[in-house]
Parts: sequence; C-alpha cells; structure tokens
Amino acid sequence: MTLATLFFYLFSAVMLASAVMVISSRNPVHSVLFLILAFFNAAGLFILLGAEFLAMILVVVYVGAVAVLFLFVVMMLDIDFAELRQGMLNYLPVGATIGLILMVELVLVVAGWSISPDLLKTVTSPAPSVTDMTNTEALGRILYTKYIYYFQAAGLILLVSMIGAIVLTLRHKPNVKRQNVSDQVARGPATAIEIRDVKPGQGI
Amino acid sequence: MWLLEQADAAAVLPEIILAVIAMVLLMVGVFRKGETANFVNLASLFGLAVVALLVIFGGSGRMTAFGGAFVVDTFARVMKVLILFGSAAAITLSVHFMKEQKIEKFEYPILILLATVGMMMMVSANDLISLYMGLELQSLALYVVAAIDRDNARSSEAGLKYFVLGALSSGMLLYGASLIYGFTGATGFPEIAAATAAGAGGLGVLFGIVFVIAGLAFKVSAVPFHMWTPDVYEGSPTPVTAFFSAAPKVAAMALLVRTVFAPFSGLVPDWQQILVFVSIASMVLGAFAAIGQTNIKRLLAYSSIGNMGYALVGLAAGTQEGVRGVIIYMMIYMIMTLGSFACVIAMARKGRQVEEISDLAGLARTDKMLAFVLAMLMFSLAGIPPLAGFFAKYFVFLAAIQANLVTLAVIGVVASVVGAYYYLRIVKIMYFDEPAPGFDPMHGEVRLIAVLAGAFSLVFVLIAQPLVNLAGAAAASLF
Repeated sequence: MTLATLFFYLFSAVMLASAVMVISSRNPVHSVLFLILAFFNAAGLFILLGAEFLAMILVVVYVGAVAVLFLFVVMMLDIDFAELRQGMLNYLPVGATIGLILMVELVLVVAGWSISPDLLKTVTSPAPSVTDMTNTEALGRILYTKYIYYFQAAGLILLVSMIGAIVLTLRHKPNVKRQNVSDQVARGPATAIEIRDVKPGQGI
Repeated sequence: MWLLEQADAAAVLPEIILAVIAMVLLMVGVFRKGETANFVNLASLFGLAVVALLVIFGGSGRMTAFGGAFVVDTFARVMKVLILFGSAAAITLSVHFMKEQKIEKFEYPILILLATVGMMMMVSANDLISLYMGLELQSLALYVVAAIDRDNARSSEAGLKYFVLGALSSGMLLYGASLIYGFTGATGFPEIAAATAAGAGGLGVLFGIVFVIAGLAFKVSAVPFHMWTPDVYEGSPTPVTAFFSAAPKVAAMALLVRTVFAPFSGLVPDWQQILVFVSIASMVLGAFAAIGQTNIKRLLAYSSIGNMGYALVGLAAGTQEGVRGVIIYMMIYMIMTLGSFACVIAMARKGRQVEEISDLAGLARTDKMLAFVLAMLMFSLAGIPPLAGFFAKYFVFLAAIQANLVTLAVIGVVASVVGAYYYLRIVKIMYFDEPAPGFDPMHGEVRLIAVLAGAFSLVFVLIAQPLVNLAGAAAASLF
C-alpha cells in the first residue's frame, strides 16, 4: 500500500503544481501544456482509484481533443494575454474570497455526504465489484447489450451533427485543384510526355 | 442472444427502416451525379408512406422492447402516423419553394427524415434516457434545418438562437432527469412509478418534475419558455417553419403526455399546478401578443404558442378525457397549421416571398380560392363552430370542466375570444380591403395541401366520430 500512497502524493503534487502554472505562466501555449500535464496526473489518480475507464476517457477526450483544440485556438487567435492579465492583482482579493467560499461550501457538502441505503436497492444496473471484472468490461457488457438502443441512437445523433456541419459550412468551389491519387499513379510516359520535333531556330 | 431479439426488432421496425432509408438516400445524394434533390424528395415521401403503413399495420396492442426503454401502444401509433404525415407535408411544401429561393439541397429531406426518426423515438420513449436520445436527435436536425438558408443572416440567426436556447432547455431537462434518477434510483418510467408509489422521492422528485416539464415546455414553446418561437419562425424558410409548427409540436406534446402520466401518475396534483400555470400563461400571451403583429409568420408563431396553451388545458385536467382532448387537439391543430403555412408559402410576388399581413389585402378579388381556404382556416383557428377548431377546443375545455378546473376553462374561453380578433382581422383584410397586386400562381402541391386542410376543417363535423373514437382508444392505452 505504501507504493500506492507514494504515487498518490506524487500525482497530486504534480497536478497541483501544474494547475498553478496553468494560470500563472506567461506564455499561453505553456499554460495549455501544463493543463495537459494536469490531465495526465488526474488520470493517474483515477487509476489509483481503480477507475481505469475514466482515466482513459480523460486522456483520450480531454488531452486528445479538448486540450489540442485549446492549443489551436491559442495559437491561431491573436490574443494579447499580457494585456488581458493586467488587472489580475486588482481582482485577486475578490477572486480569492470567492475561491475560499467555494472551498468552504465544498467541505461542508462533502462532510455531510451520505447515500440513502434505500437507493442502493433500487439502482437499475449496479456496478459489479472491481474484483469480478474491470470497469471497462462492465461498461462494455451493458453498453452493447442492454443499452444497445441508446448506443445506436447516439450514433444517429452523431450522424445528424456531421450532416449538419457539412450542410452549413461546405462550399463547392469550382476552381479548386484537388489531388487525385489514381490519376497520378496511372500517369505514364505515354500520357505525360509529348515528343515534338522542333526545328532549329523555330519555337514550338 | 440479447441483441435485437425478435420482439425488440418488431417493435422498432418502423424506426429502423426509416433510419436506413435516410442513410441510403444520403449515400444516393452524395454519390449520384447531377441533380439529386428531386429524387431524394420523392424517395423520402415514399419512405414516409411505407413507414406509416408499417406503423398502422405492424401489430396491435402494447409492445415493449429493449428492456422497457421503448414502448409501442395505440397512443404511440396514432401520434406516429400524425408525425409522419406532418413530415411528409413539410417535404412536399418545400419542393418548389427551395428551388425558387435557390437553397435546394438534398440534405433537407434527409434531415427531416432523421428528425422524424427522433420524433418517433420520443413518442415511444418509456425511459428517461430514451426520452433524451429521441429529443436530441429531433432537436439537432431541427437546428440545422432552421439555418438551411445559410447565406441569409436571418435564417442563420434563427438556427443559432434555436440551438443555444435548445441546448439550455436540454440542460434543464437533463438536470431534472438526474434528480429524478437520484431520488428514485431508476430511469425507466414503470420503475419510477413503482418507486414513487412506494414513497421514494418527495421534494427531490418534485424538483425533477419541474425541470423536466420546463425542458419539454421549451420544445412545445409554452410560456414562459416561448421566447425563441417568433424569431425562429420568422427567420427560417417558410416550409421549415411549417414543419416546426406541425410535427415536432405533436411529438413534444406526446412526449409530455407520456412523461407526466407514465412515471408520475401518482403525483397528479404536483404536476397539475405547473401545467395549469403554463397553460394559462400560454393562452393569454398567445392571444394578446399576436394582436400587434404585422408579419404573418410571427402572427402564426404567437398563434402556435396560444394553441399549445389550449392543448395543455386538456393535459392539465390529468384525466383520460383530458388526454383524449389533447390528441384530438394536436390532430386538428397540425392540419390547420400546415394549411395556414401552405397559404403563407403561396404569398409570392414575381418569385419573391412576401410575409406582411397587409400583402393579403383584397385577396378575395385576386385569388378567390386561396382567400376562401385561408378564411376557413382562420375561422377554424379562432374556434368558430362548426369548423374543426371549435371541436378541438370543445374537447379540452370539456375535460377541464369535468376535472373541476372551471377557472382554467373560463380563462381559456376568454383567451380564445381575444384571439379570435386577430384571426378575423386577417379575414377582414382579405375580403374588405383595397386589393394589393395579386400573387404568383400557386404550385400544385401547395394548393393541394391548403385545400385539403381547408376541406378538413370544413367537414370535420361529419368525420368527427371515428376520429374521436380513435383518440379515445389512444388515450385509454395510456391508463
């Protein structure tokens, strides 16, 4: 157990440090990179808890998609972050007060947390014990059997969003030259080269 | 094998077939060379007809599938046929309109088909998750078709506005669903009903119901969640507006009916007060806000808000008669509103759409038929006997009075008298004002829908009995 404790403190310390760096670093690209580091450490914490599916999702969705999107936005938009951050010291007391209140509230909520014993009996699909099967397997079993209808419906929703994005943004421009691989491959000396007999002193 | 046991497949067969047709047509549209919109339009109409036949003749009685997430009963069948009809009308109305506005795209009928799949899923939802899935499938397709005229700022604005507010309402609905799940421990409607009957929940479930009803009230555009309606109706291309005010309204209302009755039949007094308020507010706002409108699409938007208020009167009654009233109301409302929008589509001068009410001036002298049809529809919407709209209101008010909600019924009658003013004003403008220049000749399919709707509201009194019986059987299947 000591190893797990060690890793817990390691992940937590790195995560907190990188979270501080996200808001304090001067270069916005560095901020995003620290955010990614924080996500990785959070994923590590999830693994320590035995929630490996959440850890994977965190890495795939947040690091793979959201953070990369952030990076694109930060790099493509010309935002003067130094200017944005100018008033930071002025707002610090207010921000700190709000943060403190939020923390007190969270502590109060978590301290008074209890789950009604009746609820555990009525849960439709209780999660199996981690010793029986992994999270991923448990989710997979229910997702592709009992919840196949929802799964397929979600697929249809994604299809609609794809059609929507294309309908609303795609414009066919007639003069765009596109690469056509099969044309390129089929190109040989017979079609690509034309031999002309050029008389000396005359142009083509 | 769990996957698609036969009974499951039989219950969802219409939805599966419609989804497959949509996907096949998408491939056809993408890969076929040349002009595809006409072919896809026709094929979509054919597909909708086939699916409607499947719904009607695909078995009877109550069927559930996927562990109770999906239910087919008489109520679902009646609503699905209505929805399929509304979608078919929306595609039919768009054919020439889209061509003339140069926004013809083969994706439009496909998005309508996918929205229809979503609506059918909503009507059959018997679980909070399937409710949300159906709702999102429908809404997402609607956001896109609202903005289908993408080079027009008003259409894009309509789509964006609808999207942002729709996402907000989905959030509220999900929050309510999570509260209900948290306090009852189940997402299936029968399980929630059993849990609340056993005394689980209390205030938490009530909070959940409030949020779920708020989310659904947004979808039927009931006050106080109606703000998007006039802007979206005005900005979207007219056939899209016609679609918005017909099939999705029917689906959302059916979903609301099932959501308040299936899981919360034991909590009628709790949700009844919410629905009474929403219904009164919608009727009153629909009646008063429409008076000052000069744009006919905005006027019809307020009219649809008011009409949702009347339909909710039946639901607020909380009885089987009330549900029967809602079903009859939605049936008649959908046909009347499709007819009205067909008339609005016919308002074009030299290929350009006009939308002001004053453009209708003296229509009786330039196009007798159109004026007569629109007058019949306006009389019917105003609720003047013996037209269809009168019976629609009669059945919901009757149910309210039987449930001892006399105040609600009286407010409804007063609101409908106020509302009659602006419907009759249109008739007056068409028949007694100095004629404006005539409209372009109507296209055949638009004329057909307008005339059919007008004829329906005229002869409803003759065909009322079987329809009322059908609605009664559908309502009985919920209890």
